[in-house]
Amino acid sequence: MELSNIEKLIEKYENAETSLQEEQVLKAFFQQDAVPAHLLEYKTMFNYFEQSSTERYTKSIQLKPRKSNWKWLSIAATVALLVSIYTINSPGTISESERQEAQLAFQETQKAFQLISQNLNKGNTVAFAGLQEFGKAQNKVFKTNK
Amino acid sequence: MQQTEFLNTVLPFKDKVFRLAKRLLVSTDEAEDATQELYLKLWTNKNKLGEYKNVEAFAMTMTKNYCLDQLKSKRSNNLTLVHSNYKDSGISLQHEVELKDSVSKVHEFIEKLPEKQKLIIQLRDIENYDYDEIGKILDLQPTAVRVALSRARKTIREQLKKQHNYGII
Repeated sequence: MELSNIEKLIEKYENAETSLQEEQVLKAFFQQDAVPAHLLEYKTMFNYFEQSSTERYTKSIQLKPRKSNWKWLSIAATVALLVSIYTINSPGTISESERQEAQLAFQETQKAFQLISQNLNKGNTVAFAGLQEFGKAQNKVFKTNK
Repeated sequence: MQQTEFLNTVLPFKDKVFRLAKRLLVSTDEAEDATQELYLKLWTNKNKLGEYKNVEAFAMTMTKNYCLDQLKSKRSNNLTLVHSNYKDSGISLQHEVELKDSVSKVHEFIEKLPEKQKLIIQLRDIENYDYDEIGKILDLQPTAVRVALSRARKTIREQLKKQHNYGII
């Protein structure tokens, strides 16, 4: 192909007006080793395009979706939820030693409350006696006034 | 759609999907994952594939959207993709080291282009789609495709030229 034609094509190429066939012509032209110096950039470009289009996807494609993992995950989550609800609602089992300890603590607490209430009762009788004294005094005062 | 029929429809363009993913995601690993993911998506939607006239264009659109989503989530996670997979050995067509260098420069220049131009360069100059197909894949008017493509080609060319001139001086 004549150089002047190539130059025309290049101009069309830059304006994105070339057809795919014309671009093939350009590609073929720039495959050759001897390219005029002022067109070297295009050689680089076309070489790069050519090189890039040969890259291949080499791995095999898996069509079995990894989705099933989600299904198992949801089942596991449901089971965990059910188990946790069951354990929260059902009465917990307590061991024998724990029961004895709790009994002991209950008795001790009861003793302590007993002590407090006895002492409170003592104070109560004292306060009540004081109150009666006050009443006597009050009666005296009101009697004298009358 | 049966598995063999499905594979016959979708496997021919797996390399194109992979290359498009790699253009956007840069790293080979990410692109491989994206390709795998995309084919799973196609497989789960296999019953709907018959409704599309052009399954390939549809798949390319899906690839584009998937990769852009990936990029968005990567960006919001503040992770940058590391790429160490320039192919500078192997199938290069020229033997001069200098030229090889500038070929990988083209890769860099394309990477710096706006996303739309990047996609169009990939689809046109590497995958050789026609303007209507590109328009369909990217949901653009064919004229818009041409404008962006022209801009992208000129940018790459100018940057190569600059590179070249600096090299001489």
